[in-house]
Amino acid sequence: MVPLEHVIGLSVILFGIGVVGALTRRNLIVILMSIELMLNAVNLALVGFSRAWANVEGQIFVLMVITVAAAEVAVGLGIVIALFRNRESVNVEDVSLLRW
Amino acid sequence: MVDGDTTLLRWIVLLPGLGAAVHGVMLGLLRREAPRWFVVAVSCGAVGVAFLLSCAALVQLLGRPEEGRLLLDEAYTWFGAGSFHAELAFQLDALSAVMTLVVTGVGFLIHVYSVGYMADDHRDDGGFQRFFCYLNLFTCAMLLLVLGDNLLVMFLGWEGVGLCSYLLIGFWYSDRWNAFCGSKAFIVNRIGDFGFLIGIFLLVWALRDAGVTSIAFREIEAGFGALADRTVALPGWLGFLPGAPEWRLATLVGLCLFLGACGKSAQIPLYTWLPDAMAGPTPVSALIHAATMVTAGVYMVCRLSFLYEAAPGAAATVAWTGGLTALFAATIAIAQTDIKKVLAYSTVSQLGYMFVAAGCGAYGAAIFHLGTHAFFKALLFLGSGAVILAMHHEQDTDKMGGLRRLAPRTHAVFLIAVLAIAGFPPLSGFFSKDEILLSAWTAEGVPGHRALWALGLGTAALTAFYMFRLHFRTFAGSLRAPREVREHVREPGSVVLVPLYVLAFFSIVAGFVGLPQVYGDLLGVSHSNSLANFLRPVLHEEHGHHVSHATEYGLAALAVVAALVGTLLAAWLYVWRPRLPARLRGALGGLFRLVRDKYYVDEAYDAAFVRPLVVTSDKVLFRVVDAGLIDGVAVNGTAHAVRGFASRALKYAHSGLTQGYLLVMLLGTLAVVGWLVR
Repeated sequence: MVPLEHVIGLSVILFGIGVVGALTRRNLIVILMSIELMLNAVNLALVGFSRAWANVEGQIFVLMVITVAAAEVAVGLGIVIALFRNRESVNVEDVSLLRW
Repeated sequence: MVDGDTTLLRWIVLLPGLGAAVHGVMLGLLRREAPRWFVVAVSCGAVGVAFLLSCAALVQLLGRPEEGRLLLDEAYTWFGAGSFHAELAFQLDALSAVMTLVVTGVGFLIHVYSVGYMADDHRDDGGFQRFFCYLNLFTCAMLLLVLGDNLLVMFLGWEGVGLCSYLLIGFWYSDRWNAFCGSKAFIVNRIGDFGFLIGIFLLVWALRDAGVTSIAFREIEAGFGALADRTVALPGWLGFLPGAPEWRLATLVGLCLFLGACGKSAQIPLYTWLPDAMAGPTPVSALIHAATMVTAGVYMVCRLSFLYEAAPGAAATVAWTGGLTALFAATIAIAQTDIKKVLAYSTVSQLGYMFVAAGCGAYGAAIFHLGTHAFFKALLFLGSGAVILAMHHEQDTDKMGGLRRLAPRTHAVFLIAVLAIAGFPPLSGFFSKDEILLSAWTAEGVPGHRALWALGLGTAALTAFYMFRLHFRTFAGSLRAPREVREHVREPGSVVLVPLYVLAFFSIVAGFVGLPQVYGDLLGVSHSNSLANFLRPVLHEEHGHHVSHATEYGLAALAVVAALVGTLLAAWLYVWRPRLPARLRGALGGLFRLVRDKYYVDEAYDAAFVRPLVVTSDKVLFRVVDAGLIDGVAVNGTAHAVRGFASRALKYAHSGLTQGYLLVMLLGTLAVVGWLVR
């Protein structure tokens, strides 16, 4: 039986990696992957809490999050492809048309 | 169901309202004018059935014992606030029964007449139906006013008739002058309504202390005994008034409500709107500005007779205002040439008579004159409408004359009305005017009541003079119109004339409803004054008429002599010596112009109130407050400030770095979470 602390610890570490990745990487696809990582870190925490308190609601949430994440990836990748077709680049620093 | 409850009354009010709603929906939502037969059927039908229902209600009322003569119809509780509550309820007692019959009866005749009068009106699209929509709405509001069982329902009707008056005066709105007259009537009435509202507020405020939580007339009356002697402190700036700083509540409320009556019933100082209200179509002048709406003030004073009985000061003010208005308006009427203007000033004058009676405590006489006046003044207006139709919308009597041969039937009914208003026996005006003069003669409670009586007598002579002047200038002599009009003068058709015959009949006989006992004794009829007997349980009338029969005959004879003098003078000036008036005008130049120009009261009001108000509104309120402060500082100033700040500083937040936004989002989320788990 894995204690709850370990689960939360892993979740926090994964979430942190996701945040740092999303903030620092320039490649849009990697940023999307980092966001995916954050979502799954949350999923892990939810499952952990769900098991610790014998409450099924957490697992239902996880299914929700997975669904939303799938939709988000579909939209996100669509945007990336559109961007690449126009700019031949997936670097976020090249996308700065709306600045002062 | 309590004894005396009924659901009949609400239908009397509702039917004309439904008629107006039908027309309003067709015109406003469907945007298509109905065929005329439909309009006529709905509007005349609604008022006609309302009249029949009123008769049925009267029969029901008369079937009840004399002390319990009250029909009550509580539709629902309109609103309640704390312990205070106001019902949407209607009551029919003797007073409102008389008023309801006058409103629906005369109203129905005028509706029928309007069918003929408005038939050739093509000034705008949908005008025919719009006219009847307003007319029905007016009838509904007026019935609300007279049948309402509390002050709030009465006020609702009071405002409703004011609105309809505005709409109908400005009915031919494409002419700016008509629209202006409508606005004038509305605004002058607002001044009066301000007083009326203050009166209601004062009454409600004081009644709460007496433990009365409703403003139904019966409950006010029941609770008023405890309040009658209560005093109210006046604000400091009113310290110059006699009796300050403390006034009796009854006096204060009475005066406030009377200010409302002054506005609605066109008394000094708020009478100026009524002559200008003649800009509306003639049936409107007959229905609203002669027979019904303008008498609402008299009705209100009579309805609150208990209040004015407890406030001699207010009652005296009512009487003297009425007396002065009667004389003042009568003198103006002498020099007017517009046929409707003469009638308008005559209405102001006759309303003054009614207030004399009401102020002298003879509420029955006031209502009696109200009823007879409704018949003969409606007849005069409708007759003048027939003349105007015959003359192809010419209103100036300078261009009339000799219509006796061209429009003989109109001439006959008009003469009846003139005789009635001049007060010749045995027509209706004689009896009601006599009652009023008698009440002024005997009103010991009013200071200077004999002078008031003399005013009334002088007004009677003037009334006879200007009415016969109008009659002779219109019907006698030869036609002064230009040739092209002269060839087309013809009497209007029977739709217009039949209502005139009916009104003429009532102008002759209506006086016998309130035949004073002194004549009853002569004819061997006991309780001949059936109107007064009918009204007595409702009105708080002092029975101070302890004068001998000889005095009564003497007063009546004097009134008839006064009327004769006026008539003969008019005949002398306008029939026998037709050149004399012009020479008289020349001799009396300044005085004549003063009277013809209505004593320059309109001009004085214009200079004293209207112009300063308009100038202040334009120069200060519009240019400084609205354009400067609100538009300049508040609206555009805010926009400029935001634009300046954003363009100088805020735009740098928009860096174009997606991850910068992401960082801000993260920090924001952290801050929110941190605040939540703190």
